[in-house]
Amino acid sequence: MNELLIVQNITKRFGGLQANNNISFVVNKGEIIGLIGPNGAGKTTLFNCIACFYNVDEGKIFFKGSDISQSTPQRNCQLGIGRTFQIVRVFKDMTVLENIMIGAFLRNKHPRDAKRKAMDIAAIFGFAHKLQLKASSLTIAEQKRLEVARAVATDPELLLLDETMAGLNVQEVKESVELVLKLKERGITLILVEHVMEGIMSIADRVIVLDDGEKIAEGSPRDVINNDKVIQAYFGDKYHAKRREFTTSIQ
Amino acid sequence: MKNKLPVIAFLLFFCCLIFFPLVFKTPFPRHVLIMVFLYATMGIGWNIIGGYAGQVSFGNAAFFGVGAYSSAILLVHFGISPWVGMLVGVLLSALLAVIVGYPCFRLQGHYFAIATIAVGEIVMVAFLNWNFAGAAVGIYLPILEQSLKNFEFHTSKLPYYYIIVCIFLFALAVCYFMEKSRWGYYFRAIKNDPDGACSLGINIRKYKLYAFILSAVITSICGTFYAQYILYIHPSSTMDLMMSIQICIIVLIGGLGKLFGPVLGAIIFVPLTELTRVYLGSQGQGMDFIIYALIIMVIAIMRPQGLWGVFSREARGTR
Repeated sequence: MNELLIVQNITKRFGGLQANNNISFVVNKGEIIGLIGPNGAGKTTLFNCIACFYNVDEGKIFFKGSDISQSTPQRNCQLGIGRTFQIVRVFKDMTVLENIMIGAFLRNKHPRDAKRKAMDIAAIFGFAHKLQLKASSLTIAEQKRLEVARAVATDPELLLLDETMAGLNVQEVKESVELVLKLKERGITLILVEHVMEGIMSIADRVIVLDDGEKIAEGSPRDVINNDKVIQAYFGDKYHAKRREFTTSIQ
Repeated sequence: MKNKLPVIAFLLFFCCLIFFPLVFKTPFPRHVLIMVFLYATMGIGWNIIGGYAGQVSFGNAAFFGVGAYSSAILLVHFGISPWVGMLVGVLLSALLAVIVGYPCFRLQGHYFAIATIAVGEIVMVAFLNWNFAGAAVGIYLPILEQSLKNFEFHTSKLPYYYIIVCIFLFALAVCYFMEKSRWGYYFRAIKNDPDGACSLGINIRKYKLYAFILSAVITSICGTFYAQYILYIHPSSTMDLMMSIQICIIVLIGGLGKLFGPVLGAIIFVPLTELTRVYLGSQGQGMDFIIYALIIMVIAIMRPQGLWGVFSREARGTR
C-alpha cells in the first residue's frame, strides 16, 4: 500500500459557485505534490477540503484507507495531516517555543516532554536562538517557517503547505526549498500550493494544475509546463494563439 | 529556578495575607479585605475563561448566584451543611457551564459575550420568580451557633477572612497549575487563533468548555462563601449583570491572562468601591460611581494592557 491520500471525485460548492468540480487524484507516500493554478482556480478550496476546514459536497477523501471527507480539522491532525495557512496564523502573543509546543502537545501530554520535542524541532528550523521571542516580532518569512515547524511538531505523515513561498525574496525562497527537501528526508509526504513557479518546479515530483475548479493537467513539472491547456489557463487564449503561431512558424 | 524574585515576592505576599488582620483590628478594614479576596478569587475564575481562553463572559454572576443559592436552599429547607452545599453548588455550576457552553461556544467573539449576558439575565429572572428560592425577597439564612462546621461566625470577621484567604489560595493554585499545564497552553492558543489551534489537533470546543467549567467552579465557591458571610441573599445581590461586569473590570484593570492580574485588580478596585461608597456615598446620588468611573477611565487610557504589566519584565523592555 503506497497510496497515502486518495481524492475521489470531490465537488465543493459555495452557493452557486462551484469551487471544485469532480476532482480526483492520488498521493503516494514520500512524494512532493505541487498544486498550482491561476488565481481563483480553487487551489485553496481543495486544500481546505483535504484539511477538513471545509467538508466536501460530493465525493470521498481517503487518508491511510479511512474516509475523512466529513471529518474535522482537529481529527485530521490527530490522524496525521498537518497544515499551514495562506495568511499566517501563528499564535502572536506566545513565544516561538510556546508556538511549537502547542503542536508538540498533540503526541506529548506532559509539558516537559512537549518542551523537549519543541526544542529539537526549533533547532532543525533554525529557531534555536529565538526561542523566547514573541511570534509577532518575527519577520513574515520566519513566521511562515514557524507555522511549518509547529505543524511538524504534531508528527504529520502528510503536510499541506499553503503558499509558504509567497511574498518571500529570492534568498528566502531558496531557504524554503531547502526546508521542504529536509522535510521530505524526514519521510513526510507534502502537498504544496504555490504561486512561485521556480520554487515548486525544481522540487515537485508531480504537479496538479487546477483551473476554474477543474483539474486540467497532472504530471511531471516538465510535462505540465508544456501542456497546452496549462499555458492557456495561465496566459489566456490570445497569448496561447500567438505562441502556437510562433512555434508553427519556426517549424 | 532561574529567577528567584517571583518566589520571594510571593512569600512576602503570603505573609502579608496572614498578618493583615493583625494590623487592621476594626471590622470595616477587615470587611474590605474579605471583599478584596472574594473579588480577587472571582477575578481568577473569570480570568481562566476570559483572560486565558479569550472568551469574554458577562454571565459569571450566574455561577456566583447558583453557588450562593445552592448552599442557602439546602441549609434553609433541608438543614444540610453549607460545606456540602458548596460542593452541590460547584456541581450545579459545572453543569450549568456545560449546558450554556455547549451551544454558545459555536459563537465567536462578541456573539459569545452577548449570549452570556442573556444567560445571566435568564438565570436571574428565573430566581426572581421562583417562590421556593424566596423569589424577589431572597433568603435569610438561619442564625446558627458559630463554628467552622456551621460556616457561621458572629463575634468576629477573622474566621471569614481566613476562610476566604484559603479559597483564594486554592483558586490561585488551580490557576497556576492550569497555566503551566497543557490546558493553559491550549487556552492561550485558542485565544490567539482558533483556526490555527484546531489545525494542530486541538478540539477547541472541548477546551473552551473545560475553561468555562473551571471558571464556573471557582466562581460558585465564592457564591457560597458570600451567602454564609452576608447571611442574606437575593437575586440582585448575587447574580446581577453589574456584578459580572465588575468581575470583568477587575481583571481588565489588573491584567488580562496574568496569574496575579485579578489580585492586583481587586486590591485596587474593591477598596476604591468601598471607600468611595463610604466617604462619598452621602454627597448626593451616585458621586461614588462618578469618581470610580473616572479612575477606571484614567487606567484604561494610561495602561490599556492592565496594571500588572507595570511590574512584569515585558513592560521594562527586556526579553
